[in-house]
Amino acid sequence: MARFIVKRLLFMAATMLTVSILLFGLLEISPGSVATKVLGPYTSQEQRDLWLEAHGYFRPLHVRYLDWLGHLVQGEFGESIRFKVPVAEVLWPRLSNTAVLGGLVLVIMVPFSLALGVLAGMKEGSPLDRTISLFSIVTTSVPEFASSVILAALFVFYLGLLPGTSTMASGFSWREMVLPVLVLVLYDFGYVTRMTRASMVEVMTRPYIRTAVLKGLPHRRVIFRHALRNALIAPFTVIMLQINWLLSGVIVVEFFFAYKGFGSLLLEASLNQDLFLIEACTMVSVLVAVGTQTLADIGYVYLNPRIRFS
Amino acid sequence: MSERRATTANPLLQLDDLSIGYRIRGGIVPAVRRVSFTLEEGDSLGLVGESGCGKSTLAYAVVNYLGRAGVRLRGRVLYEGQDLAALSGEALRSLRGREIAMVDQDPVSCLNPVLPIGEQLMEVPMIHEHATVEQARERAVAMLGEVKLPNAESVMARYPHQLSGGQQQRVVIAMALMGNPRLLVMDEPTTGLDVTIEAAILELIAELRERHRMALLFISHNLGTVMRVCNRLGVMYCGELVEEGEVREVFRNPRHPYTRGLLDCLPTFDTDKNTVTLKPIPGQVPAVPSEAPGCVFAPRCQFVEEPRCTRGEIAAERVAAAAHHRARCVRQAELPHWEPAQSIREAPVTPALSPEPLLRIDGLDKSYEAAGVHWFRKGKDGGVHALNGITVSAAKGRTLAIVGESGCGKTTLARVLTGLEEASGGTIRFGDSDLARTGVNRRTKALKRAIQMVFQHPDGTLNPSHTIGFTIARTLRRLASIPAGEMKRAVENLLQKVNLPAEFSRRLPRQLSGGQKQRVAIARALAGNPELVVADEPVSSLDVSVQAAILNLLLEIQTASETTMLFISHDLAVVRFLADHICVMYLGRVMEYGTVEEVFDPPYHPYTEALLSAAPVTDPDAKRRRIVLEGSLPDPSEPPRGCPFHTRCPRKIGPLCEDTLPPEHRLPGGHRIACHIPLPELQAMEPVLTRSRAEAGD
Repeated sequence: MARFIVKRLLFMAATMLTVSILLFGLLEISPGSVATKVLGPYTSQEQRDLWLEAHGYFRPLHVRYLDWLGHLVQGEFGESIRFKVPVAEVLWPRLSNTAVLGGLVLVIMVPFSLALGVLAGMKEGSPLDRTISLFSIVTTSVPEFASSVILAALFVFYLGLLPGTSTMASGFSWREMVLPVLVLVLYDFGYVTRMTRASMVEVMTRPYIRTAVLKGLPHRRVIFRHALRNALIAPFTVIMLQINWLLSGVIVVEFFFAYKGFGSLLLEASLNQDLFLIEACTMVSVLVAVGTQTLADIGYVYLNPRIRFS
Repeated sequence: MSERRATTANPLLQLDDLSIGYRIRGGIVPAVRRVSFTLEEGDSLGLVGESGCGKSTLAYAVVNYLGRAGVRLRGRVLYEGQDLAALSGEALRSLRGREIAMVDQDPVSCLNPVLPIGEQLMEVPMIHEHATVEQARERAVAMLGEVKLPNAESVMARYPHQLSGGQQQRVVIAMALMGNPRLLVMDEPTTGLDVTIEAAILELIAELRERHRMALLFISHNLGTVMRVCNRLGVMYCGELVEEGEVREVFRNPRHPYTRGLLDCLPTFDTDKNTVTLKPIPGQVPAVPSEAPGCVFAPRCQFVEEPRCTRGEIAAERVAAAAHHRARCVRQAELPHWEPAQSIREAPVTPALSPEPLLRIDGLDKSYEAAGVHWFRKGKDGGVHALNGITVSAAKGRTLAIVGESGCGKTTLARVLTGLEEASGGTIRFGDSDLARTGVNRRTKALKRAIQMVFQHPDGTLNPSHTIGFTIARTLRRLASIPAGEMKRAVENLLQKVNLPAEFSRRLPRQLSGGQKQRVAIARALAGNPELVVADEPVSSLDVSVQAAILNLLLEIQTASETTMLFISHDLAVVRFLADHICVMYLGRVMEYGTVEEVFDPPYHPYTEALLSAAPVTDPDAKRRRIVLEGSLPDPSEPPRGCPFHTRCPRKIGPLCEDTLPPEHRLPGGHRIACHIPLPELQAMEPVLTRSRAEAGD
C-alpha cells in the first residue's frame, strides 16, 4: 500500500511537471508577447526590451524555465496586471472562498445523494426508485444558469426571503450562501444519486447478496454489511471528480451571485489577459484535479481488497 | 434446539406436485412442471438434466428464493410439513441458513469480495444463535478445519480473492455448515473446478454429509458426480422429473427413454471410437410447455407409440421389482432391458498402420515476461514459463489429445501452434515448415489454411451481426479462393458437412443453439480443408447430448478427409473415446505421452493416475482406486523445483523429487513417463478403474 501511494505521488508530480512545461511553452516562450501583455499594446520596443532585460527574459530558455518553476513552487507567481498586487494576494482569499462554497455543497450533497441512491437501488423498479430517479433526472437536467434565475426569482423577488447577491461585503453571511449552495447541490446531486443507484442495483443482483439472504441474515444486515461496502466503491471515484468540478464549474454560479471565488477570478483573469494570474490559476486547477484523482485512486484501492491485496 | 430437532411424522422435505413459472412480458413461462418427491433425514438426492430443464429453479424453490419474476403455479414445498410459501418473512429467515443451507456454483461470486472470510462465516451463528464473537470465531475456525483448509486461522483474515477456486468452494461449504443445517441444497457446486479439485470436493461433501447426518439435494449436469455423493438420482427433462430412484438401480436399469438417451451419449472408459459410436438424442430440448399434450419427451423418443404417449397426462409409475424407482413413461414396463454401448462398430475408424507424423513438436518453450514491466529490475523475476521442453508428435489423420488441469499450458500450446503466440525456443515441424517462431502474420496463406482452430465458446467467435452464410463465405473467400458464383453452393456444402440445413446460412448466431453454433464454428474451420484442426475444449460448454453429436461430427470429418486433430480437453472420458495419442501436461511440462491404451493402463505417471481416479464415472459397476490430490495447483510463475508435481504427488519418493527434474522412462512403442519412480515399480501399479459385476453393490 505504501509503495502504491508513493508511486501515485510520483506520478502526480510528473503530471504537474508536464503541465508546467506545456504552460511555459504556451505563455512564456516568446518574450515579446509577454512584454506586450504586461506593458500593454501601446508601449515602444525599447520599453519592452528594458522590461524584459530587467526581468531576465534574455537568459537561455532552460534557465528561464527553471527560474520560473522555482518561483511557482514557492508560490511566487508574479504581479497581477489587473489587480496591481502580487498574484498570491488575490489568489488565496478567492480560493478559500470557493473552498467554503464547495465544501458546503459537498457536505450537503454527498450524504443526501448517497442515501437516495442506495434507497433507490435497493429495489430496482419500486415506486421509491421511480420517484427518486425521476426527481434526480429533473434537477440534473436543469442547468445551473437556469436554476439560478428560477431560484433567485422565487426566493429573492417573489418571496423576498433571501438576498440576491452573495458579495459578503459585510463579512461572511450564511444567508448569502444559501442560494449558491442550493443551485450547485440541485445540479450535482442527481448525478451522484444516479451513479450510486446504478452501482447499488448492480450489487443487489450479485450472487453474494443471494448467498447473504440465504444465510438467513436480516434484510438490514444484507444491505448495510454486504451491499453498501461494495456499492459505494464506484460512487467514491465520482464524488472525487465532483471536487474538481466544483473548483472550475462554479464560474456561472459565482458570477451570477457576485460571489468572490476562484471561478469568478478565473473569468476575470481570462477576460483581462492577466498572464501571471492565468498561470497561477491553471497550476492550482491542475493541482486540484491531479490531487483529487490521486486521492480517488488511493481510496479506490483502499476500499477494494481485491486490488489492495494482489 | 433439541426439541426443534425432534423427529416428526412428516418427511424433512416434500415437493408436492410443484409447478413453477417465470413472469415475463405478456405471460408466464413455465420452468418446472408437476414435480413431486420426498427427502428424508440423511437422504441424498442428485438431480441431473441438461441446461434449461428446471434443475436450478427447483433448487431455489426449495429455499423459497425465486426472485420477483418467479411464480408458484401449483403444488407445495413442504419442509417438515410446513408450507414454505405460507411462512412469514421472519420465519423463513430463521429457517434459511440454520435449517436449510445452500451452496451455489461459482464460489468466487458467492463470497463477498470486500469482507474477510472470517466475518462471513462468523455472522451465521451470531445472527441465528446470538453467539458471542469468541464462540462464533471458535466455530468458524473449527469448520474451516473440517472442510480441510490448512491454516484455518490465517484463512479467517483473508479475502475471497486470495484463495484458489477449490479453497473458495471449501469456504462456501463451511459457511453453509455453520448453522448446522439439516438440509443442504447444492447447485452445481463443482462446475468450473478442475477434475482433481472436483474429486476432492465431492469426497468432502460425501464425508460431511455422513458426519452431520444432513439431507442433501445435489444438482448437477454431470451424471458421474452424482454417483459419488448421492444415494438417489432424479433425472429432469423439460421441467419434469422423468425418472427417480436409487442411483445404481437407475444406472443399471434406466426405464425412461430420456435417461437411456443420456447414458448412450456418454463416452465411458472402456469404449473408444473404434468400438462404439455415441448416440446423440435426436432433436433439441424444447421450451417447457404449459399444457401437457402427453409425454414431453415424445417428439424425440425412439419408443414413442401413438396415441398412448401423446395424449393425456403421463403420471410417474412405479418400476416393478424396485422399491423406490419411478419413471414417468407409459411404456416403462415394456421397454427392453438397457445395455450400455450397444452399437459395436464393424470396422475400426482409424487404419491400423502407423502413418507419418504430420506435426512434430520438439523441445518447445514459451515464457512470458512478468506482468508490469520494471525497467530497473529487468531479468530479476523471470516471468512465467508456460511451456517447458514440450516434445510430442501427431500422426496424419489421427487425434492427439492434450489433457491437464487449468494452468498446465494446454491453451498456450494451441496458441503457439496457430501462431497467436511465438515460441521462445524449440521447433514445431509441420510439413516442411517450422512454426515455432512464425507468428500468424508471417505465415503464408497456405499455412494459415492448413491449420485451423475451434474454440471452447462458439459465441465469442461468431460475429453477432453477421449471418452464418456471410461468416462462412468470408472464410471461404479468404482461404479457399472460391469464385463468387459458386460461393452459395460452397457454403451450403460446408453446412451440410456439419449436418446443418442450408437455410441456416440466412440466420444470425443468436438464432442458433449452442451446439449449432459450435457446428458453424467447425464448418468455418473446415472451410479451407485444413490438414490440422486445433480444437480447444470444443465440447466442454455443451450439454451431453449435444456433445455426443459434435464428437461424432468431428470423427466423421476426420475419417472422411484424414484431418489431423489436436484435441484439448479436461474430460478424460471424451479423450478416451476420441484420441489416438494422449499427452498429459502439468505446469507446462509433459508428464506422460503415449497411445490411448498406454496412457489409460498401467504403468501410469502418478499424475495421470490421479486424473483417472478423479474422472467422474457413471458405470455403477466400475470400481476405482481413490486417489485424492491434496492442495491446489502451484502458482505457474513460481513452479516447484525438481519435479513440478512433487508438491501434490501421493507417490513422492523423497528429496530426489524436490531437487531434480525427473528423467523420462522411454518404453518401446513410444510411451514416455517423466518420473523418478523406477519403471518396474510403475509397471506394477494396479489399474485405477476396474469393472466387475461380481463386486457390484459396493
